[in-house]
Amino acid sequence: MTGELTALREAAEAELRKAGTEEELQTVRTRYLGRKGLLTGLLRNIGNVNPAERPEFGKRCNEIKEDLSARIDRLLAGMALKKREEALLRERIDVTLPGRGIRRGTLHPVTQVREEICRIFAGLGFSVVEGPEVELDYYNFEALNIPKNHPARDMQDTFYIEENIVLRTHTSPVQVRIMEKTKPPVRILSPGRVYRRDSDISHTPMFHQIEGLLVDRGVTFGDLKGVLTMFLKQVFGEETALRFRPSFFPFTEPSAEVDIRCVMCGGRGCRVCGSSGWVEILGSGMVDPEVFKNVGYDPEEFTGFAFGLGLERIAMLKFGISDIRLFFENDMRFLEQF
Amino acid sequence: MLVSLKWLRDYVDVDVTPAELAERLTMAGLEVDALSETGPAFSGVRVARILSLKPHPDADHLSLCEVTTGETTYPIVCGAGNIRVGDTVPLALVGATLPGDLVIRSSRIRGEASEGMLCSEEELGIGSDASGIMILPPDLSLGGELGDVLDLGDAVLDIGVTPNRADCLSIVGVAREWAAIAGGKLRVPVTDVVENDEDIEKITSVTIDDPDLCPRYTARIIKGARIGPSPLWIRQRLEAVGLRPINNIVDVTNFVMMELGQPLHAFDYRFLEEGRIVVRRSREGESFISLDGKERVLSADTLLICDGVKPVAIGGIMGGLNSEIQPDTETVLLESAYFNPFSIRRTSRELAMGTDAAFRFERGIDPEGVIRALDRAARLIGEVSGGTICKGVIDRYPRKVETARRIPLRVRRVNDILGTVVPESEMAHILKRLEMVVEPDGEGRFAVTPPTCRIDIVREIDLIEEIARLYGYDRVPATIPAASVIAGVRQEKGAVEERLREIMTGAGYTEAINYSFISPEAVDRLDIGEADQRRCHVRIRNPLTEEQAVLRTTMVYSLLLNAKKNADCGGFDLKLFELGRTFIRCGEGELPQEANRMACLITGLRYEDRWHSRDLRADFYDLKGCVENILDDLGIPVCSFRSGIHEPFLHPGKSCGVFSGEARIGFLGEVHPAVLARMDLTGPIVVCELDMDRLAALYSAKTSFRSIPRFPSSSRDVAFLIRRELEACEVLLPAEESHEELLEKVQIFDIYEGTNLPAGMKSLGLRFSYRSADRTLTDDEVTEVHGRIVQAIVRVTGAAIR
Repeated sequence: MTGELTALREAAEAELRKAGTEEELQTVRTRYLGRKGLLTGLLRNIGNVNPAERPEFGKRCNEIKEDLSARIDRLLAGMALKKREEALLRERIDVTLPGRGIRRGTLHPVTQVREEICRIFAGLGFSVVEGPEVELDYYNFEALNIPKNHPARDMQDTFYIEENIVLRTHTSPVQVRIMEKTKPPVRILSPGRVYRRDSDISHTPMFHQIEGLLVDRGVTFGDLKGVLTMFLKQVFGEETALRFRPSFFPFTEPSAEVDIRCVMCGGRGCRVCGSSGWVEILGSGMVDPEVFKNVGYDPEEFTGFAFGLGLERIAMLKFGISDIRLFFENDMRFLEQF
Repeated sequence: MLVSLKWLRDYVDVDVTPAELAERLTMAGLEVDALSETGPAFSGVRVARILSLKPHPDADHLSLCEVTTGETTYPIVCGAGNIRVGDTVPLALVGATLPGDLVIRSSRIRGEASEGMLCSEEELGIGSDASGIMILPPDLSLGGELGDVLDLGDAVLDIGVTPNRADCLSIVGVAREWAAIAGGKLRVPVTDVVENDEDIEKITSVTIDDPDLCPRYTARIIKGARIGPSPLWIRQRLEAVGLRPINNIVDVTNFVMMELGQPLHAFDYRFLEEGRIVVRRSREGESFISLDGKERVLSADTLLICDGVKPVAIGGIMGGLNSEIQPDTETVLLESAYFNPFSIRRTSRELAMGTDAAFRFERGIDPEGVIRALDRAARLIGEVSGGTICKGVIDRYPRKVETARRIPLRVRRVNDILGTVVPESEMAHILKRLEMVVEPDGEGRFAVTPPTCRIDIVREIDLIEEIARLYGYDRVPATIPAASVIAGVRQEKGAVEERLREIMTGAGYTEAINYSFISPEAVDRLDIGEADQRRCHVRIRNPLTEEQAVLRTTMVYSLLLNAKKNADCGGFDLKLFELGRTFIRCGEGELPQEANRMACLITGLRYEDRWHSRDLRADFYDLKGCVENILDDLGIPVCSFRSGIHEPFLHPGKSCGVFSGEARIGFLGEVHPAVLARMDLTGPIVVCELDMDRLAALYSAKTSFRSIPRFPSSSRDVAFLIRRELEACEVLLPAEESHEELLEKVQIFDIYEGTNLPAGMKSLGLRFSYRSADRTLTDDEVTEVHGRIVQAIVRVTGAAIR
């Protein structure tokens, strides 16, 4: 009888291996485990078994029954799972189609540069202030030590509204307006539009500047160097080489222009830096005592430095833009790159 | 200013490469914008001597020469008539190249062999003389390469001289600066003059009628001058710095101007009536023909140099045609003067005559260098023209031009300003290198007198800059300023701008920046009416073009131009915004009213990807949604959108004003089809403009927390049948004004106009949500409140319930 049991088990297992569908599995179940099934039949005939072997026989039968039943359940479950997954796969979509939703717009590159600069100086306690774009000759020139008929006026070609009203040629008049109504210490940053009567590949009649001013007791030219060095390294990278060289602005003395090692060629000389390997990046200097006198500060008590830079110029260097006019054409193909 | 290195070396040793010279000048404040190194324009040309000369047997105008380079003798056929046996000449050998890509080959000219070519200056590109073969000095060594022998290599530096450094508008000025930088010694040009016996006072006189405009006028007379080309060394130097040689007299005046920075003028004495000079102001409308042949009509107060009768020069700017040096000039009156810089500047601007002379006078020349330049030029004219210099100088100096003397300098102050520890002795040393007189003036103090050419140095701070410059900016230690406690001023406008940019880019809008100036016709194109203050333009007196002649009074126009520009390049789907100012003119002499505004524009497809939603066009509600977001984000109180405003450039049925309370803070709407047509744009285009100054004033960053509801809400839907013209807000108003505590919100879920509705009617579907903060509402409670609200709506609007 035991031999019969083993043979039956092997036959059942062979059939299970062959069964590929749910129906075939159910057939196997019925054939062996059904009410009239083969295993059920053997159990029913347990009376023919030697009584001494009966308990063992019954136990074996039940083991085989449970084992087969569990195996069939497992196979059935696997098949159901497969069927469901196949059904889901038939619902598949094209995941390579672009996603839905509104693409974010971009900030103008000039804005991006301005925000970066303002962030850096905010860390040093500089506040952002603004002033009028249409400005009195006094604030734009005279208070900044640029008298009428002075050759220094040639440095900036001016748009005139009236005899004594101009489109500001730089953001420097804001310094004067702020100092007139604030007592030192002063730390301000003044971004904005400025205007010069000039138009070619490297000049537009309107562009943006940012002006910085720090006035306090004991401010030195060394401080100017320190602050501007820190600033330029943050904007252009810690490795950026820079140099301060003497220059002239009527409202600062000593004055310095600051150059950075050309970002295009790394200093070997190229079209951007005009073969010198250096690119002029900002103008700066110690506030001229004349300017302090004009706003009622005592130059013996207070010293300070100011600097100014063109935002388009920074953006051009940072992004590798070669024509400044692109900034104001507002061609989407330009704007959306930033 | 162009500086020839070769010329510079006449006055100072330069033992560095041109590139290093440029670098060190730049680092001392004379920025070298460009450096070009030049060599001769030819190769293969040797110094040779003519051994024999005979006529060509077959041609009248040619000669046969034997020419030697010392080692070899060549047969040459030559057409020039100016050569003689024994002359030293340039010989271009076979294989030599000359300017214009000319390569010399051996040839036969009318049967005679010619193994090279004798050259004129012009053929060598050395000068402009093409009249004959260039005759070289006899002492040149035969066979030498001409370029080396004549030292034709040079480097030219283009220095951007800043307006304060008038003293560097000359070669000697730059040499002085280099001597100070490099520690070398300046060799000043020789100004000794050998005079004849004739006393200048007997020949001419100078009268200054206006010492304000002409504080000093000096003159010399040179007699017996022969006019001709200048020697090569003068011509080469002039050409190297961009000046065209004219004749030996004019060239010397230009040469000395470039050398010493003092502009000079030479008159042909023959044409000076009464043989004298009178310096006076012009009369209004006086006319005068300048050297360039142009007639100039002068305003009053122009400084004129006259003879006894008529003007002969515009002082300090340009000479006159009536008295210029002629080929047969013999007696020259040479002028060297100091003119008032402001007057020169005014006149040169007025007449648009930015001459080299005017440029130097208006920046300020060395008032004490006038005679030196006069003597230098007289000496050179004598040398190059064979003339003799009459005895004496006329020096009218009625008004002393003051230069700074004994400027006090505190040693401590220098280091306080610079943040350095430069020793006193080094300061004194630097200033002395700059030719300043440094006298001790008590403990830690100096009294410093700069040379008279340094008119820019008058104050202590000017001296401090000089010390810093030559000490080297790179040697000043970089420090971070000690912190002072300053309360950072947070500007509301800045915060608002930042939020706006965030919201708009998040909503898919890209930031544009337009010029602040537009065409004065923009307001017409926008149909802005006569009474509208947006016609009060701020007009630019000197615009670049009429299209940029006025400052904008509205931002919308610029964005419409951007739409046009993009459409022209195939970009029809656009979402743009701009933050900027508008300008409204106020009274004469007053600054205009500047307002900060934000403008937006949307047109074309709502979404970029067509596959999701084919051709969904952006409309009024897209932009309105953005504006609502902005107002909500900024916490602007009591906002409303009201139709019936009149914006001439907006579609009257699809536009509204944006209000906070009763204050209008902007507008929003579709652009009027007539405006679109006029600007050649395809619509619909929706625009808005918001007043940022008002937004900043109303902005409230305060957010207060409300607890999250714990009990469920229940909602009821109703469809109201109303007149088509009725606006949604009118239907919602009674609900709002009912102030029912349990009404949480009302949403519009459907709007329908269609065939199965009565004509002129529409259906508005509203969903009312009810909630209590402390309990779950019963159906009866909701029904009761809802009934009251619906009744109120029906009563106020005459709506029917569908």
